[in-house]
Amino acid sequence: MNPQLRRRMASAALIIGFFVAWELLCLMFGVKDIVLPRPTQILETLWTRLPAIMPHAAQTLYATLVGFGLGIVWGVLLGAFIGSSRLAYDVAYPLLVGFSSIPKVAVVPIFVLWFGAGTVPAVLTAMILCIFPIVVNVATGLATTEPELEDVMRALKASRLDILVNVGLPRAMPYFFASLKVAVTQAFVGTVIAETVASNRGIGNLMMIASSSFDVPLVFAGLLVLAVLGVGLYVIFSFIEVRVTGWALRKDEFAMG
Amino acid sequence: MMLMASPAHVMASEAAHGEHFVKLEKVTLTYGQGERSVHALDETDLAIDKGDFIALVGPSGCGKSTILKLVTGLIRASSGYVFVAGREVGAEPVRVGMAFQNPTLLPWLKLRENVMLPLKIVPPFRQKYRAKRKTEFTDRIETLLAQVGLKGFSDKYPWQLSGGMLQRASLCRALVHEPQLLMLDEPFGALDQFTREELWAIMQELWMTHRPTVVLVTHDLKEAAYLANRICVMQARPGRIIDESVVAFPRPRTIAMSYDAGFVALTQRLRELIVGARPEKEIAQ
Repeated sequence: MNPQLRRRMASAALIIGFFVAWELLCLMFGVKDIVLPRPTQILETLWTRLPAIMPHAAQTLYATLVGFGLGIVWGVLLGAFIGSSRLAYDVAYPLLVGFSSIPKVAVVPIFVLWFGAGTVPAVLTAMILCIFPIVVNVATGLATTEPELEDVMRALKASRLDILVNVGLPRAMPYFFASLKVAVTQAFVGTVIAETVASNRGIGNLMMIASSSFDVPLVFAGLLVLAVLGVGLYVIFSFIEVRVTGWALRKDEFAMG
Repeated sequence: MMLMASPAHVMASEAAHGEHFVKLEKVTLTYGQGERSVHALDETDLAIDKGDFIALVGPSGCGKSTILKLVTGLIRASSGYVFVAGREVGAEPVRVGMAFQNPTLLPWLKLRENVMLPLKIVPPFRQKYRAKRKTEFTDRIETLLAQVGLKGFSDKYPWQLSGGMLQRASLCRALVHEPQLLMLDEPFGALDQFTREELWAIMQELWMTHRPTVVLVTHDLKEAAYLANRICVMQARPGRIIDESVVAFPRPRTIAMSYDAGFVALTQRLRELIVGARPEKEIAQ
């Protein structure tokens, strides 16, 4: 058995072991499902009520992806702007940090006030939650361009756009993709917050209604759906990351081997 | 003290400086302001003919790299004039190539694309780039890579190559767009002795075939004497050229020649000049 396969099997065994231990401990101590349902109960709830859960999951996924997409567009634009201008960096950075320190749940009512309850506040909340890591990473990637490389480009009389397209943006790609993995999970958080506060659809809304009627297994089923969606998108973006920015990762492998 | 770029003046300066490809006139450069300002370069004059190969040597901090940056227009002189091809620097349509001690290749591109980078940017290649990158430009790059001993490596990524190979590729990138002016800032400084000597020979060959005007900044006196037609010795704080020697050895020069009496005498004389040119507080240390 090669070491990589062994490592994977060990991690899979530990993850499964975690859920088995959960199940066993609940059974041993007779924990009521209103406090903490067992994994099998959660799966059972998920399975029997799947037709009711599916539309909510689809709504949450939709709002998250739209918010995430908008977050990427604005994040890259803002990051490119901040990373390539000293003044923009000095002005925008404190604003960004200040803005990202605001609890987003406090912003949702404002969005509801402006756009009404429903999908739009969810999309916007997802967007503002995932924008910060993207901006910071793109800006960092651009700002860390080697000064000598910039000299080479400027001696060739390259325009700022030339430098950005040929050197800055490719250089920022590993940072960008690293931020996407964080951002996509943040986008889920944003969507669910907004759905919990002001929506009649989505997993967030489903969980809120379930918890107010003490349907705890359904709450956990909602959590499971969110976790699976989050892990799924994380895996997709990790895969794209390896494909696009392999040069940055292979360097590490090269150094190790 | 900036020069106005009126057409009459450009014509006048072309007439006055036409004979030299690069000309520095009483160039002073001061970094910073007030008491903490550093006088990097003080009223320096320097003239370089077209196709010449000059070396700048001197103690560290004497403004060698500053001259390179002034000539390529990366920084502006505090006072005085820098002319390239008869016009004030920045205005001239001269192609410039640069190579540094650090090869600065782009890690996400294969060697071929790395070397191709200037062709993407510099006119007139820029306009043809999309059409010719697969055919004519590729051939040109393969030839150039073969010339520096990197035949068959064009599909490799920079992280797959050694420091010496990266430096060779960096030289190719500096030369691929047929620059009239080539700026070398200690390009062989980080290499081992044997790789360095091999690259001197390659550099000499490249210069003899392409004949760009070269300014080489180096700490290695043997390197300066091997490669250059003329060696300028600089002193530090304030930076200034204190000596110019013409190197008359025939070309192509060989490593064996560097053990000749005349060669050794030259490097010895340069060494004494540089030791004398170090700022006093460094000698005291």
